[in-house]
Amino acid sequence: MAMTTFVQAINQALFEEMERDPLTFVMGEDVVLSAFGATKGLVDTFGLKRVRNTPIAEAGFVGAAVGAAMAGTRPICEVEFASFFYCAFDQVCNQAAKLRYMSGGQARMPITFRCVFGAMGGAAAQHSETVYAQFLSVPGLKIVVPSGPADMKGLLKSAIRDDNPVIVFEHGRLGRMREEIPAGDYLVPLGKAAIKRPGENVTVVAIGAMVGKALKVADKLAQENISLEVIDPRTLMPLDEETILSSVEKTNRAVVADEGHLRGGAAADIASIIGEKGFDYLDGPVKRVTSLDVPIPFSPPLEKAAIADEARIEAAVRELMGR
Amino acid sequence: MDLGKDLLLDMYHTMTRIRLFEAKVRDLAMASEIPGFVHVSIGEEASAAGVCAAMRKTDRITSTHRGHGHLIAKGGKLAQMMAEIFGKRTGYCKGKGGSMHIVDFSLGILGANGIVGAGLPIATGSALASVINGRDDVTACFFGDGASNEGTFHESLNLAAVWKLPVVYVCENNGFGEFTPMQTVTSVKDIAVRAQAYAIPGYIVDGNDVLEVYRYASEAIARARAGEGPTLLECKTYRWEGHVVGEQAFLGTGAYRSEQEIAEWKARCPLIRFQKFAAESGKISASELKKIEDETEAELEAAVKFARESPLPDPSEVTDDVYL
Repeated sequence: MAMTTFVQAINQALFEEMERDPLTFVMGEDVVLSAFGATKGLVDTFGLKRVRNTPIAEAGFVGAAVGAAMAGTRPICEVEFASFFYCAFDQVCNQAAKLRYMSGGQARMPITFRCVFGAMGGAAAQHSETVYAQFLSVPGLKIVVPSGPADMKGLLKSAIRDDNPVIVFEHGRLGRMREEIPAGDYLVPLGKAAIKRPGENVTVVAIGAMVGKALKVADKLAQENISLEVIDPRTLMPLDEETILSSVEKTNRAVVADEGHLRGGAAADIASIIGEKGFDYLDGPVKRVTSLDVPIPFSPPLEKAAIADEARIEAAVRELMGR
Repeated sequence: MDLGKDLLLDMYHTMTRIRLFEAKVRDLAMASEIPGFVHVSIGEEASAAGVCAAMRKTDRITSTHRGHGHLIAKGGKLAQMMAEIFGKRTGYCKGKGGSMHIVDFSLGILGANGIVGAGLPIATGSALASVINGRDDVTACFFGDGASNEGTFHESLNLAAVWKLPVVYVCENNGFGEFTPMQTVTSVKDIAVRAQAYAIPGYIVDGNDVLEVYRYASEAIARARAGEGPTLLECKTYRWEGHVVGEQAFLGTGAYRSEQEIAEWKARCPLIRFQKFAAESGKISASELKKIEDETEAELEAAVKFARESPLPDPSEVTDDVYL
């Protein structure tokens, strides 16, 4: 089986879903040329009618995606960098998220938003932020954070077919990651976590690019007979609480690793669920491993100091294990 | 353009439905029978009636916080509207939206909206959907002078111009954004000139003359349907009532417009103007207009009765319809 990169996986998902449904189309900044390669070549097959470069005007084109979805089409809307969503907060949070509910269930909102997020080396705070926590407390949205190519493809295809607004967050560091992807119409359901590595001693719930980091720590600590179970929630909304809690029931220890911030972040949310619903399973506090509560800085040593890494996951695990 | 009698009667019917509905909503709100804020459009009936009379049933509209008139003009049912405004489960949105958020997808009403300027990109996207799905449905976007200062106005007109989308932007310039006079916060005297910045046609329309609104809207809609792109219409009008019903209670003595100004605009009432036209043209008799008014009174009475007698939502419905 061929190895596929994360970006190629996105491209495959888009090709397949656009082939499948003529009401799907792609719109966003530089999707024709494709700055990062995810939409490369789509225009050759689907033409400029269904592959539409937008002006750099996020409120306008994100809002247009909302209108297009309400009027019966299935837009796939790319917002180049996740922080650009701040320019379109009304369109995502007041409109896309709420209009189904506010219309008493009349509106369908089949939009997939795609964006690149995370620290990827010297992009500074406005291009490096982990933005999904800002959307986690907005009912009506679904939030997808793939950790590798196979999940990326399967989750994106499910997101496109979903009739709710879904935001897919693609970590910029994962673009060249390679993996085998199952052949055929490969779908990963939204709301189902993956056990990326089974283990006995500590549950590490890792999100996005933190999954790869957690797996490296698991390899290292295995040599000391510390066994980590690495859980990738894959979607933060809906969240597969059952898989997470079952794991904690077995290991009695939990670390939540996320590149987002500590306060009000996705790790805080998941840790609170474990604390509230899994309290009796726990031998110690739920540890959060996150980036520092600073805007992500530009200079490489500062960026490294800010971002959650393997060393911090390892330290959290050792603290829980007392080793 | 010689307008047929049925069309003329239809537009008068629409304006009458709006006028009586809005007056009733105002009275019910003042009597505290309706929860929340209500914004009524008395005095602005002609723009809604004229534009929607030029549309097909499958065409779509977006509306505003002052949206009852647009919805009625596009065919909204008074009973379900009134029930929604009462917060009843039989309302258009099962009591989840209220006055500012009424939607009827079956009539192409994508919704009123509580955020000023939010309807502009939504209408633009609705027009984009017509291009994607290969239908020639047109979208009309109602908004106020205040929204024309929002970024979404400018982003939407640019996008629609670049993509030649089948959309008509209908600015109802009533002279005020909430309590602030338009000219104190707007760089131009006429919103229509902003069309030039996006290389699309822009027209100033007498927004109190339903016949003139209909003519301009017909031309703009035909242009959109033919794939020639968007048009901006600025309907000059005035709201007789306050920004929000009951505003005197919190504004106190802070009057922001003169009684004389209000009286001048009342003298230009769109309904009276139509009645004069009917009499002078000899096309429609006074008894025909009276019949419309009587029928509308009866329809409205039934709508209020329906709303009053409908059940409130059950608390168990609170989690319904967040996701599909």
